Amino acid sequence: MNDTAAPEPRLQMLGISKAYPSVVANDRIDLTVMPGEIHAVLGENGAGKSTLMKIIYGVVKPDDGQIMWEGRQVDIDSPHDARKLGIGMVFQHFALFETLTVAENIALALDARLSPAELAPRIQAVSQQYGLPLDPQRLVHSMSVGERQRVEIVRCLLQSPRLLIMDEPTSVLTPDAVLKLFQSLRRLAAEGVSILYISHKLDEIQALCDRATVLRGGKVAGTAHPKAESAKSLAELMIGRELPVCVHQPREPGEVLLTLDRLNVRSATPFGTTLRDVSLALRSGEIVGIAGISGNGQQELLKVISGERALHRNEGAILLGDRDVGALDAARRRALGLGFVPEERLGRGAAPELSLADNALLTGYIPAAGTGMVKRGLIRHGAVRAFAQRVIDGFKVKCGGTQSAALSLSGGNLQKFIVGREIMLAPRVMIFAQPTWGVDIGAAMLIRQAIIDMRDRGVAVLVLSEELDELFMLSDRIAVLADGRLSRALPAGATSINQIGVWMSGDFDYQGAAEHVHA
Amino acid sequence: MSTLERRPEPSRRMMLASPLIAAAAMLLSGSVLFLLLGQEPLHAFYTYFITPWTTPYGVGELMLKATPLILCGVGLAIGFRANVNNIGADGQLTVGAICAGAVALYFDEVQAWWVLPLMLLAGALGGMLWAAIPALLRTRFNTNEILVSLMLVYVSYHLLSYLVHGPMRDPAGFNFPQSKMFSDAAMLPLLMEGLRVNAAFPLSLLAAAAAWFFCRHTFAGYRMQVSGLAPAAALYAGFSEPRNVWLAFMVSGALAGIAGVGEVAGPLGQLQPSVSPGYGFAAIIVAYVGRLHPLGVVLSAVLMSLLYIGGETAQIELQLPSAITGMFQGLLLFYLLAADLFIHYRFKPRKRAISTGVSA
Repeated sequence: MNDTAAPEPRLQMLGISKAYPSVVANDRIDLTVMPGEIHAVLGENGAGKSTLMKIIYGVVKPDDGQIMWEGRQVDIDSPHDARKLGIGMVFQHFALFETLTVAENIALALDARLSPAELAPRIQAVSQQYGLPLDPQRLVHSMSVGERQRVEIVRCLLQSPRLLIMDEPTSVLTPDAVLKLFQSLRRLAAEGVSILYISHKLDEIQALCDRATVLRGGKVAGTAHPKAESAKSLAELMIGRELPVCVHQPREPGEVLLTLDRLNVRSATPFGTTLRDVSLALRSGEIVGIAGISGNGQQELLKVISGERALHRNEGAILLGDRDVGALDAARRRALGLGFVPEERLGRGAAPELSLADNALLTGYIPAAGTGMVKRGLIRHGAVRAFAQRVIDGFKVKCGGTQSAALSLSGGNLQKFIVGREIMLAPRVMIFAQPTWGVDIGAAMLIRQAIIDMRDRGVAVLVLSEELDELFMLSDRIAVLADGRLSRALPAGATSINQIGVWMSGDFDYQGAAEHVHA
Repeated sequence: MSTLERRPEPSRRMMLASPLIAAAAMLLSGSVLFLLLGQEPLHAFYTYFITPWTTPYGVGELMLKATPLILCGVGLAIGFRANVNNIGADGQLTVGAICAGAVALYFDEVQAWWVLPLMLLAGALGGMLWAAIPALLRTRFNTNEILVSLMLVYVSYHLLSYLVHGPMRDPAGFNFPQSKMFSDAAMLPLLMEGLRVNAAFPLSLLAAAAAWFFCRHTFAGYRMQVSGLAPAAALYAGFSEPRNVWLAFMVSGALAGIAGVGEVAGPLGQLQPSVSPGYGFAAIIVAYVGRLHPLGVVLSAVLMSLLYIGGETAQIELQLPSAITGMFQGLLLFYLLAADLFIHYRFKPRKRAISTGVSA
């Protein structure tokens, strides 16, 4: 790694193309990564980033093009080949066994057959060297998401990679953990390791990366020096047009429509989070954002509010208006004006095999919305199709029509359909979980504007999100959910990303801080 | 190396073609089997699959055998769509037969029109009662309904056996373990003189049509389908799981019970130690071969009936063992499951040239 002469690129991809039956994922892509360089691959969902990384890591074979590794043409037929060359990859979703220790997990994943006991000292050495503290004997299920990511990174580092691919590594981290990760990555780069950093978060790329290759629609839209560009110019390079903006006017909230009163809910699964003393009053015409890393009680809180899990006695109270709805199921709560967009689209927000029309019926039947989809127990297919068509038109859902199966839509388009369906049912209280997760920037702005418009019509809106930028763009008040406890909700203008970031690690005075409701 | 890839959406064409492919593959391996057994494949094939269609009596027998398969199959299909796996239809059929038999024997002296409807009602209630046990245990204690409903089949067999050996035995029957023959008022009318097929057959077609309407046009049918396809989406929409489980078990229990009535008030004419050669189990195959669609179930029931009748013909005319029927049923299900893979997957086309110069 001490090339003192004209440095040779670590990795060079020339004219890489890959077509799937319905889409050309990569169209003649060129990419050059130098030794010790932190190189960003930037693009919206569906721009072809993941396919390109899978090609480098040997998971997918390109239809066309050349891969040069340190000046030599190579064929990467499998991840095993890739690792032999010195390519490591940290995936967005970790494949770790929760019931095993760190050392056992790493031993399973390595190509070399080493016992966990032999590995433990090496794990400790590597983790200390790069500032990634890790106890090899700890069981994975007791670890936070950030710590689990460290396991994956250390696993890659044990193989002394010369190119490390990081796929959206910060989507699960607190701001503080992101800074620590960046320090480690910079240290690696300084030692000559090349890093390919995949993300759509512009601020991170500007803070970390030396160069960026921007993909759009499967092609290279351009290369840039992120530090010399503005976030706006990078975004416009990424989406190919001017960035739409949301209009958020201050507004005086009205009466309380949703009340959470001292929710103490034990999780049904051993690795879930128990909610402790969660209280909140949500008012008409306001958006309250709840920040926090998933796994801190978000799932449990959402299920309890939506009615997918009814409250037992002594678990607290949930009021819609002044009616106690804790014992009601999701259908009855929806009939009382509660709308909910869940985090999982396929399988929860929509039945994958059913058509969009049938998925419109899933929640659209409620009599309160007056869609006339069900009369005397019978389905009126005409009304169902008409409603589905209105959602498709109103939210610019790209699909083959009302009879397309939900699973044939891209994640972002299905999200638009589900958000549209729930909004058109005109609820009085609306809950969003990760409303723009995996949605491209243009569509995300459409959804965010729709959320703000709802609030302006007097709907009480609760948004749970991991994206702090989004919460600050939308919210009138922001609270943090950490380890099953909810912080006070502060006016968005009176707080900062830094403060929320500190709170996200659980560092807030929760006792007595949450707004208790006095009945 | 894998050459299968997931289809962007499930293929509707493959969904319909798969039973036909399975039937063709079954016939093909059947021919090989005939050859190995020393039969001339074409002749054996003709005897097995064509002969039953050549006489009115044969067609009548096909309809007769198809009747309990349609009734059970339609009920099971409704449950399977909702992911309620009732595999105890044979038990529900048996208890339905017992209840109808009890009514017939109790009103043995009465020659009135209402005896038969009362028997049908008793049979349906008996089937529902037997189906209520797994439904209750699942909704209350979250037990596995596959195990409970299956085990109850054997309980029902023993119950029937006890009854025909004891309380319900024909006093004038020379100690044979069977009940008295039912009176004429307790027998289902024949569709045509000289054939054994009776009024239960049109009843089964009616049930299939009603089930089709239920699945396609009622909100309850939609709720059940959603719970089967995506349980989390059903929970999200607030559809009650216990309600679906109960509805599925009650519908399939009632239909299986009526199938039992069709047997004892039809070809059997009395209670015997066994009233079903496993119709309730064959109906599971019928339901899946029929794509869990009520009208598909009717077609697949006729196919399954042909396997039974043809198997009997083959035993008599070709001296083949009775296991041949089970072989063909097994082959059919096996090939169907294999062919079903291609509803969601397809073979990856060979590496193809990418059209350069066309922007995405």
